[in-house]
Amino acid sequence: MGEPLLVRLIADGPPSLWEWIARNWDTGRVGSIKDLLGDHLVMSLVPIVAGLVLALPLGLASARWRWLYQPAAGVFNVVYALPSLPVFMLLISVTGLSKTTVIIPLTFYAIAVLLPAVVDGLGSVPDHVRQSAVAMGFTPLRRLVQVELPIAVPVVLAGLRVVAVSSISLVSVGALIGQGGLGMLFTRAYQNPFLPPVVVGIVLIVALALVADGLLVLAQRLLTPWVRARRAS
Amino acid sequence: MITFDAVTKRYADGTVAVDNLSLEAPTGEITVFVGPSGCGKTTSLRMINRMIDATEGRILLDGDPVRDIDPPKLRRGIGYVIQQAGLFPHKKIVDNVATVPLLLGWDRGKARSRAMELLERVGLDPAMGERYPFQLSGGQQQRVGVARALAADPPVLLMDEPFSAVDPIVRTSLQDELLRLQAELNKTIVFVTHDIDEAIKLGDRVAVLRVGGRLAQLADPKTLLSEPADDFVREFLGHDRGIRRLQFVGTDGLRLRTDLTVPAGFSGGSPEPWVLAVSDDGRPLGWLRGDGGGGEPEPYGTFRPGRDSMRSALDAALLSPSGCAVAVGADGKVVGVATREVLDAALAEAADG
Amino acid sequence: MSWLSDFFGDPANWSGPDGIPARLLEHLEFSALALALAMLVAIPLGLLIGHTGRGGVIVVISANLARALPTLGLLVLFVLLLGTASILPVIIPLVLLAIPPILVNTFEGIRSVDPELRDAAYGMGLTGGQVLGRVLVPVALPLILLGLRLSAIQVVATTTVAAYTGLGGLGRFVIDGFATKDYASVVGGSVLIVLFALAVQLVFTLLQRTTVSPGVSRRVKVRQVASGRETT
Repeated sequence: MGEPLLVRLIADGPPSLWEWIARNWDTGRVGSIKDLLGDHLVMSLVPIVAGLVLALPLGLASARWRWLYQPAAGVFNVVYALPSLPVFMLLISVTGLSKTTVIIPLTFYAIAVLLPAVVDGLGSVPDHVRQSAVAMGFTPLRRLVQVELPIAVPVVLAGLRVVAVSSISLVSVGALIGQGGLGMLFTRAYQNPFLPPVVVGIVLIVALALVADGLLVLAQRLLTPWVRARRAS
Repeated sequence: MITFDAVTKRYADGTVAVDNLSLEAPTGEITVFVGPSGCGKTTSLRMINRMIDATEGRILLDGDPVRDIDPPKLRRGIGYVIQQAGLFPHKKIVDNVATVPLLLGWDRGKARSRAMELLERVGLDPAMGERYPFQLSGGQQQRVGVARALAADPPVLLMDEPFSAVDPIVRTSLQDELLRLQAELNKTIVFVTHDIDEAIKLGDRVAVLRVGGRLAQLADPKTLLSEPADDFVREFLGHDRGIRRLQFVGTDGLRLRTDLTVPAGFSGGSPEPWVLAVSDDGRPLGWLRGDGGGGEPEPYGTFRPGRDSMRSALDAALLSPSGCAVAVGADGKVVGVATREVLDAALAEAADG
Repeated sequence: MSWLSDFFGDPANWSGPDGIPARLLEHLEFSALALALAMLVAIPLGLLIGHTGRGGVIVVISANLARALPTLGLLVLFVLLLGTASILPVIIPLVLLAIPPILVNTFEGIRSVDPELRDAAYGMGLTGGQVLGRVLVPVALPLILLGLRLSAIQVVATTTVAAYTGLGGLGRFVIDGFATKDYASVVGGSVLIVLFALAVQLVFTLLQRTTVSPGVSRRVKVRQVASGRETT
């Protein structure tokens, strides 16, 4: 590797990021920023959605049958501790150098965060509310859909915010097996020492995470208007 | 003695929590601060051990301004009991109680044995010392809170609504326990509550505070009930003031009749409208009509002359069809009957005095 | 499976500066160094902010922001800017990423201690330091340790990724193996890292079991005290 780029940065001033973005945004070839952004969205959105879809029934079952929760939470607690890179590597022999190899582990991480969130969310339903729903003659399914899930929404969404932000940032590690979305900008910059791709990559990933986070906050406001009303009063 | 000398607490936003408060909490007595929320009672209490500092005026502890004493040192000499007990969850009960003695540098063995002794004193099994707070009920935790406050034998005890989070039955037993302890220990106690009945039951002196932190009245409970200083105090005392005052009127002077009792097999022939059937071992069975009519014994109420108040005697009278209260001794045996006429006379006297 | 026996069965992989023991030790050293430096910054800061109650909002916002930072991007950025003359450019992002979990959980742990408890502690005459050390920290310990565990997991993972920018450790087997299509090395190294991560997880779980008071974790066998005098 050559001299530290900080030296050149101080000597030459900051490189023109806009010019670099404009040149590389849509080259028409594989690996343009636009292309990588699309890949990044797919690889981070799929685990978020799949994680939620899988964690919901698992969480409902754990809340219903408490004996299930400890072992399930234990397993996902261990899964969460596994570093992503070796897991990607081990999966290559099964799923090849594909997006799936990145998507599967991220989905499991998402479940690890969302499972306790769903269980805690359902646990946050006050017992008197549950009892009065039973007393009013709600069937178990109606009670779940109309009473318990809405009350659980804030806790589940808080978990989903964590999942969204960390999935978006974790996808970039996939670049080390050639499937990293915007993370590919980092490996590209490292192989051919050049600052703009790293800076643009970091900024775009953080921006993406903030947008996702903001959308989830907005979703929470729309789904649970009573929370804000209570806070205002 | 604790002296409030023109004490004012004003917060930065201009709210006045305590306004020019002057009063004394005499040594060896229970002084209760009572009032609605926002009356500054807790603030006043917390200014004594400098959890809050007064803006103006002075608070003296046996003549020394508390402001001149370093807070930790001051507080180690003052017992402090709060609403949820505030026990340390990570320490066993015995270590919770031993906290202040250890801070004062006692050796561990001495502190622990003192803690065990205190657990017993507040009515807990010393074996509970090895448990953690979460393993105790609310009432038990509150007893531990009192034991912890007493651990280093401080002359002064501050109690901030200590019994308001437990259910009424437990609260009553905790109050009785406190009065029993106080009879043995003679601490200078300042007790804060929003419950006027608790104030009247526990207080040697009761300070009624009004919203804005001004003293409305400072008096002993009996005076408070009979001579409320103004409409605010009158309203705060609530209904039944007259009846409640009777709990400060003794029953030792009541003239009891002993000629109204009859044996269990009584079958009529008394000139009295009602007579009291008594078992062979002297216990009350119930009221019977003097002419033998009726049949089954009717309900009765009892009181213990000398120990119970006029309020209890009157209550006992109202429970029976005869309108008479049955006086019993400590062993539960009948010692006489207080008739309606006797009770009337005693009530008339109480109303005068 | 043959990859595993190729990797672990090769005696050359068990000695020298690029053998398994040396790489394992490196991984442990870098992870421990980064975690220790992060603790040095985050624990006192978390205690201070939690105890005084000032600056909490900034902590939470910056921690959320930190979660969005891509580790690989940060590593590449620092290495490009500062060069590879020392391991400093790699250690800096490692520490930076390890700080937020410890900071947030320490702060939350201290802040969420029941105010009544704090009140009781001051009321009994404990000094500010004693309240923090003898009451707040023991009660907040489960959350503080959770922060340490999450941070340790993060550091182990980031140290692995950092092999890409030239750091030693178990990540070397994976990165170098991938680059040279030596799949025995890739799979063997991956298994080693997974085992290492699980060991770290286990250590912190045990640490939690042994250091948190049973009164706080409520993990205690309830010995019923025979007593006829429980009036409440």
